[in-house]
Amino acid sequence: MKRRLPSMTAALVVVAAMATLPLWLANTYYINVASQILFWAIFALGLNVLVGYAGLTSLGHAALFAMSGYTAAIVVTAGGAHLLGAVAAIAMTVATAAVFAVLALRATGIGFLMITLALGQIVWGIAYRWAALTNGDNGINFKTRPQPFGIDLTSAPAFYYAVLLVFLTAVMTMAVFVRSPLGAAVRGTRDQPRRMTALGYNVWLVRFAAFLLSGFWTAVAGLLFLYYNQFISPQVAALQTSAEALLMVISGGTATILGPIAGAAIVVVMKTVVSAYVERWNMVLGIIFVLIISFMPDGLVPGISRLVRSMWPQRRSNVTGERAAKAASEARP
Amino acid sequence: MTIQRRTMLKGLAAAGVAGAAAPFEMAAPALAQGAPFKIGLMTVKTGPLAQGGIQMEQGLLTFLKEKNNTLAGRKVELVVADTGGNPAGAKTKAQELVEREKVNVILGPLAAFELLAITDYILQTKTPLVAVAAAEDVTQRKANPYIIRPTTTSAQCCHVMADYALKELKFRRAATISEDFAFGHEQMGGFQRVFEEGGGKVVKKLWPPLVTPDYTPFIAQIGNVDVVFSGFAGSNPVKFMRAYADLGLHGKTPLMGGWTFLDDALLKSLGDEALGVLSGATYSATYESESNKRFVAAMQKDYSSLPGGYASGMYIGGMCVESALALAGDKSSDGTAFAEVLHKIKMEDTPRGPFTIDHLGNAVGAVFVRRCERKDGQLVNTVIKTYPNVSQFWTYPEDEFLKSPVYTRDFPVSKNLEN
Repeated sequence: MKRRLPSMTAALVVVAAMATLPLWLANTYYINVASQILFWAIFALGLNVLVGYAGLTSLGHAALFAMSGYTAAIVVTAGGAHLLGAVAAIAMTVATAAVFAVLALRATGIGFLMITLALGQIVWGIAYRWAALTNGDNGINFKTRPQPFGIDLTSAPAFYYAVLLVFLTAVMTMAVFVRSPLGAAVRGTRDQPRRMTALGYNVWLVRFAAFLLSGFWTAVAGLLFLYYNQFISPQVAALQTSAEALLMVISGGTATILGPIAGAAIVVVMKTVVSAYVERWNMVLGIIFVLIISFMPDGLVPGISRLVRSMWPQRRSNVTGERAAKAASEARP
Repeated sequence: MTIQRRTMLKGLAAAGVAGAAAPFEMAAPALAQGAPFKIGLMTVKTGPLAQGGIQMEQGLLTFLKEKNNTLAGRKVELVVADTGGNPAGAKTKAQELVEREKVNVILGPLAAFELLAITDYILQTKTPLVAVAAAEDVTQRKANPYIIRPTTTSAQCCHVMADYALKELKFRRAATISEDFAFGHEQMGGFQRVFEEGGGKVVKKLWPPLVTPDYTPFIAQIGNVDVVFSGFAGSNPVKFMRAYADLGLHGKTPLMGGWTFLDDALLKSLGDEALGVLSGATYSATYESESNKRFVAAMQKDYSSLPGGYASGMYIGGMCVESALALAGDKSSDGTAFAEVLHKIKMEDTPRGPFTIDHLGNAVGAVFVRRCERKDGQLVNTVIKTYPNVSQFWTYPEDEFLKSPVYTRDFPVSKNLEN
């Protein structure tokens, strides 16, 4: 129990820092960058349920992300209320995720990857070609951000707080999920699917549930993306978006909660902030990924915590060593 | 070996730290008095659109160098942002320019979908913008009082080319071929409308995907027509014209296109397959005006390249800013006032000749019909006919034009298609 105290304190400090961020980051631009990190992190956390805990690498998640944004944009542009748009977006996306799951869960590994890739391309094709509905590659402009409980989200800090709230909910849900029997079952189907079957679990159903949970958080992230950008076009559904989200999860550390968040932060900061200073920021991003994969193959967060742990016992042994020496000197009057 | 790896790591770590530290060195806040006028350029320097994006930057840099970074007596400062060629990137970079850099005016971005992604934001933040992207509706059905476009809409030059094909060349049967995206749809729609209303028939419409490794199967479908009209952009025209010549159609079925199809900047990548190809553009590197001679000479000296539509678009964009600065005077820092003035400028000596801005923000000026020829061993686009004072509505009354939907794959409706 005592050993959890430092990590609890650290978590509190981080949450406090995030809650006061608009106060110490005076420039709205950086507040907007922070908002972007948070909703990309929610996307990565959603994807991580499949990639990390269920061991199923999806390359079609951008389709779900875009499905959510498009549904809300279409509903609201057609005159629907924001709430209706949001509910429809999430319902539609989870339903799409269910269809994806039924089709893709016939396979695992490369097969799963290829099926999700193909499904993602279909959604991209619809967004691109069904111009009557999606306005083709000219995209849909989303005029105003929603006003939940009458709170105007137009300003950068207000929007940031809204995203932060959703983000913290997502993180807590993930923490609960990981400890829950379902979480254990999902990990079980990843590591020992045959044994899980022997134990009486319906492996397919467990994976299906994981897919839906992943789809749900992807939908939430897609909605926030739409509210933030107030514009959606087929590029959002493209393979590149899926690949980017996957990079966030893998570089940060799969099957961890902090990993996808760290990954999202790296990618967003590279794309937005560093690209203003370094013309070849793509290359810098590439080098960072290569370094992570070479020196921390299981991702940044597990890698760093391993590093810390390898230093921790050393210090403890030093302490015990000192104590022993002290005791020895005291015992030698 | 170990040592080498460690030193390399240290070097990389140091570079990483330097890179991470840089973003937080914030620019000192600009003071109102005597502060430079800040221009933000949104361009694309990475990815498939980078070729045009780099020319945009070169065009603007050439202009600012010529003016010694002083426009209408005021110092200007340039901030360049690379959008990466996608809408979300464009939005983020627009925020960077407006919120962090506090620019007074934005030039760019390159692609239509990038411009469409930021139009609402531009309106919200009252930031004047001088566009080069061609999306029709930005100066039509969704006109934005903060945006002007001193170049051309997608269809502006294509209306002209249809007229030329009908009246001068007496063509009656045409096939269109262009990338399957909005810029292509809008260009082909403009051509089809004028061509068919004038008595011609578009008998074939072909839409290869944006990335097509080989155009042969598409060219094979063209069939018996008087002319092929094309709207390819980027480096696709080069691939297309080669395939067209390889299949023996060059010299047999004449080829015409919009401005991106035979942009002057592409000429150095082309050979005999481009000879005789006609293109409609609001700019030609051969145009004889004082400013264009200076511009072309400077571009060839500094970047050893012939400027095309992107470079000239930004050079002219810079000139528009200069004119507006002279007109607005003290009010230049007020976004709304500056945007209003931008709509009132009357340009005389520019690389594309004289032009004005209509009340929706688009240029009214000459469109050149150009033929690709070889002069002194070099390919050039020679102007063979000039249509003066072409508006984005061609000869249609504005309200009638705006009542019909924007050009798409299916509008104007094709009645003359043959299999």
